Amino acid sequence: METIIIFLVGILTAVAIYLLLSKSLIRVILGTAILSHAVHLLILAMGGLKEGTVPLLGEEAESYVDALPQALILTAIVISFAVTAFILVLAYRAYQELGTDDLDEMRGVNDE
Amino acid sequence: MNNIILLPVLIPVMVGILLIFLRSYGRTQAWFSIFTMAATAGISYYLLEKVQSDGIQRLDFGGWAPPFGISFVADSFSLLLVLTASIVTFVCLMYALFSTNKLLQTMYYYPSVLFLIAGVNGSFLTGDLFNLFVCFEVMLLSSYVLLTLGGAKRQLREAIKYVVINIVSSWFFLVALAYLYGAVGTLNMAHLSVRVAEAGQGPLLTTISIVFMIVFSLKAGLLLYFWLPGSYSTPPVVTSALFGALLTKVGIYALFRVFSLIFNQQPEITHAIIGVMAGLTLIGGSIGAIAYNDIRKIAAYNVVIAVGFILVGLAISTPNAIEGAIYYLIHDMVVKALLFLLVGTVIALTGTAQLHQMSGLMKNYPLLGWSFFITMLSLAGVPPLSGFIGKVLVSEGAIESGAYILLALSLLSSLFVLYSLLRIFKNSFWGETIVGKEDQVPLNSRFLVPCLVLVLLTFGIGLGTEGLSAYVTDAAETLLNPDIYVDAVLEGARP
Repeated sequence: METIIIFLVGILTAVAIYLLLSKSLIRVILGTAILSHAVHLLILAMGGLKEGTVPLLGEEAESYVDALPQALILTAIVISFAVTAFILVLAYRAYQELGTDDLDEMRGVNDE
Repeated sequence: MNNIILLPVLIPVMVGILLIFLRSYGRTQAWFSIFTMAATAGISYYLLEKVQSDGIQRLDFGGWAPPFGISFVADSFSLLLVLTASIVTFVCLMYALFSTNKLLQTMYYYPSVLFLIAGVNGSFLTGDLFNLFVCFEVMLLSSYVLLTLGGAKRQLREAIKYVVINIVSSWFFLVALAYLYGAVGTLNMAHLSVRVAEAGQGPLLTTISIVFMIVFSLKAGLLLYFWLPGSYSTPPVVTSALFGALLTKVGIYALFRVFSLIFNQQPEITHAIIGVMAGLTLIGGSIGAIAYNDIRKIAAYNVVIAVGFILVGLAISTPNAIEGAIYYLIHDMVVKALLFLLVGTVIALTGTAQLHQMSGLMKNYPLLGWSFFITMLSLAGVPPLSGFIGKVLVSEGAIESGAYILLALSLLSSLFVLYSLLRIFKNSFWGETIVGKEDQVPLNSRFLVPCLVLVLLTFGIGLGTEGLSAYVTDAAETLLNPDIYVDAVLEGARP
């Protein structure tokens, strides 16, 4: 199970890097979003998958799953959500001001 | 257990939230934040004294004993940095009080600064590697806001670069955390130190440590500083001063902490890489500092040189070098803020950032000129100013351990610092006065007072080194002997 997830992480990362390297700003942002999904899956896989029941008292199980990676992911998701929201607004504002969402053209603006 | 450790983070956050509701009262916000920073500075000084008398202080959130809960750990190193950061922010806010325009005053500038400082202080104080990530993000999100505030075209363009680069480096941080958790099963720094020492730092852990190194190098501007000059030279000058003084220092702090406490078994690999990167940073920063005619770019490249210099201290890692690096770190926070504020004042007075369009400012603004002169000497490391002691100790360490290439590079870079700032001094302060006494823009003393406070501070640190030495020696000792830190955090929990 972990192996499959790791492959999935690899595929997601590859897709994200492909998007990050493109010229369109919106694709770069989508790339960062996929990148964060990839790493969340990685953290999940690192904690071990399906190793026991939920870590609650009274479950009386043989083994319990490690709850920490899930707590970490929850935090990381919130943060990446905030950052993605910010960069979307930033991109829209930059598009309004600079009149382009092409990163190459943006570099050429020299009117300061 | 000491609940006061939380205050340097909690107070800025709470006041920041309060200030959001006081949006339209610019002045009130400014005074509130200035008092907040003064309070934070006072508290961190109190804690610093407490650490001297009672040893390392710790706070376990929710009463969960380490390594299970998240804890804040305050040792001399982190408290020295919290104290300096608070003082520098205090002075920068004094500058902001009268200088930023109406738009900045009412567009959540002060809450953002307070959230930034909360993130910075949190990063210095946390004892948990994942919590460090969270504090980094708090700091970075505020810095995104501060960087884009104003919305000039150039700012937006640089901000996009800055944000994307930081998202990618945060991604690397999470990847490194995931692997580290998978490998040793803990994220508490002290516990990590024990586990890594038990397991021996094999190839796997060394590789993970290098991923961490990439992350922190991106934040600190160690070799991976390509984003720094652009983004540090576009926002309003107070923001640049805060960034130059604080943001890279957090990355440097993380490098020091992680590579002295956790990954300290293989210095011939990790510290050697840091050494090479520091050397290249010194070279690149020096070239950048003399290549531009835009005085803000020159100041930004001076930040890069300082990063290289401080990490030479970590790469060498002898007691002298570490002590020197800590002195230099404190000095650099003060004097970089000063440099950016002075550069900003010059730009505000002349209306240009180009070196060749200004001349003879010394006649018009003698006090400003002398402040700049002192800043220059301090950055170059001339005694009795604050840069001297750090340079001497790091050089001594380099000689002891035979790192002659790093020694040569770090001393040569001082000359480049001096040259790059002398160029500004010669072109803009000396030479023919092109603006008559009648036409000159009056220099408001409110701009000058914060600068003079920082000038006094650089004199103070230089002359009062003896008074600081007890704290710095203690900080260096804790860094060099991770056991002190580990024992303080895991007391009782250790087998």
